[in-house]
Amino acid sequence: MIEMQNVCKTYKKEVRALFNIDIKIEKGEFVFLVGPSGAGKTTFSKLVLKEENPDSGKIYFGGEDVTRLPRRKIPYLRRDIGVVFQDFRLLPNKNVYENIAFAMNIVEASAKEIRRRVPMVLAMVGLSSRAGNLPHELSGGEKQRVSIARAIVNNPSLLIADEPTGNLDPETAWEIMKVLRQVNRRGTTVLMSTHAKDIVDIMQKRVIALENGKIARDEIKGAYGYED
Amino acid sequence: MKIKSLRYIVNQGFTSVWKNRTMSLASVASVTATLVVLGLIIILVLNINNMAKLAQVQFETIQVFLKDELPLEDISDIGKQIDDIDGVKSTMYESKEKALQNLINRWGEQGHLLEYLEENPLPNSYIIYLDSIEGAHGVVYELEKIAGIDDIKYYKEIVDVLIRIASFIRNIGLALILALIVITIFIIVNTIKITLNARRQEITIMKHVGATDWFIRCPLIIEGIVLGLIGALLSVAIVHYGYYHFYNMMLTRFTVMFSIYMISVEEMLSRILIMFTIIGAGVGALGSILAIRRYLRV
Repeated sequence: MIEMQNVCKTYKKEVRALFNIDIKIEKGEFVFLVGPSGAGKTTFSKLVLKEENPDSGKIYFGGEDVTRLPRRKIPYLRRDIGVVFQDFRLLPNKNVYENIAFAMNIVEASAKEIRRRVPMVLAMVGLSSRAGNLPHELSGGEKQRVSIARAIVNNPSLLIADEPTGNLDPETAWEIMKVLRQVNRRGTTVLMSTHAKDIVDIMQKRVIALENGKIARDEIKGAYGYED
Repeated sequence: MKIKSLRYIVNQGFTSVWKNRTMSLASVASVTATLVVLGLIIILVLNINNMAKLAQVQFETIQVFLKDELPLEDISDIGKQIDDIDGVKSTMYESKEKALQNLINRWGEQGHLLEYLEENPLPNSYIIYLDSIEGAHGVVYELEKIAGIDDIKYYKEIVDVLIRIASFIRNIGLALILALIVITIFIIVNTIKITLNARRQEITIMKHVGATDWFIRCPLIIEGIVLGLIGALLSVAIVHYGYYHFYNMMLTRFTVMFSIYMISVEEMLSRILIMFTIIGAGVGALGSILAIRRYLRV
């Protein structure tokens, strides 16, 4: 699914963001990306999304070399990757239904397809009754579920979640995790960066720890490994 | 791109004009304001051009004064010789009596003073209409060979000066118009940038979900064109109304003669309508394209 070969990425002022990263993530995996702030977790997702290009090394997504992808093809790469952010990033003037349909409009889905898919993913994240609400009328957990629904509505093969529970209380965080696990069970690879020790420890999934731009640990059924 | 997407894009373009109506209003106002100024310059330039052109036609004549007391046969013979010269379009004979009558008419209220003249001092003359002013010198050279001609009067110098002034004003006007168009684009770019800044998040999300650049750009371009067109139509209305009143004022306050040299209200309307529609739409589209460039780099 994702493969990085000897990837380096540095930013200005010689702070090394990622250094000699070699990693392979298989289709259908659920992977936690952990590590202290500034360890390179965000850069990692940016490289996969081709928001940034590596200085050296190769990145493969679904067998294709992302680093050599021409600019005009980037949108089509991103259609196969759903993204969930810590701060939800919903459009404030669109209701729940429209926020999700918006993602389908962009990929030029038919109206019929939109009418079929949107209620389906809304049901999946348990928000069927909230379709007509605006984002500010929702709780944090509900907003995050809307953003997950938006990320998966186009059936991506990878879901990148950047600290999706970061702004939520523990109970709500678990609701989100249930949804993500469900998404994963339906075949979508999930890559989640997080600081939530409890979640990582209890979920017993693969854990990749980044420290100072290097892979410090890569464990199947791993633990968070840091004190909060 | 599918038809359905096209409908979505056009729809988005129009909706966002309304959703961002404060900024839309600002854009429309700036387009209107610059186009009104542009309209004033255009009115000036077009009218001066028109006057120069009309005046040129009037000066594309040569008048030859005939020696006094020539017999009628000689006069008509001279007329035939003139007609044979290359570059002469037509000739018109003006007898001394006719010339005096014309002068009386031109003097208007003071014209009756001329009626007390004991003797008509004006000569018989031919007015020669030329194919073009450039041929004047050659025609004059030929005229000088004809016997019975007392004096030749033509206006090459005046016409030359007139053409120079007209082209000078036209060039200055063109430079001003170009400068104003650049300013309008600059203003539109900035207004759209402000609108975009508020919608940065929307664009970022669109990019993340995999929208192509054109899918993001198109609604904004349509938005720009709609704003430009609204501004254009408003300014056409203002300029037209203004010119209508100016024209009528010239007609009533000054002589009717003066308005002959002015471009008619209808013609002016059709000219600025076409010009402003194109400029408005073009400036709007270009403004959007320039403004959005930065935001697409995600």
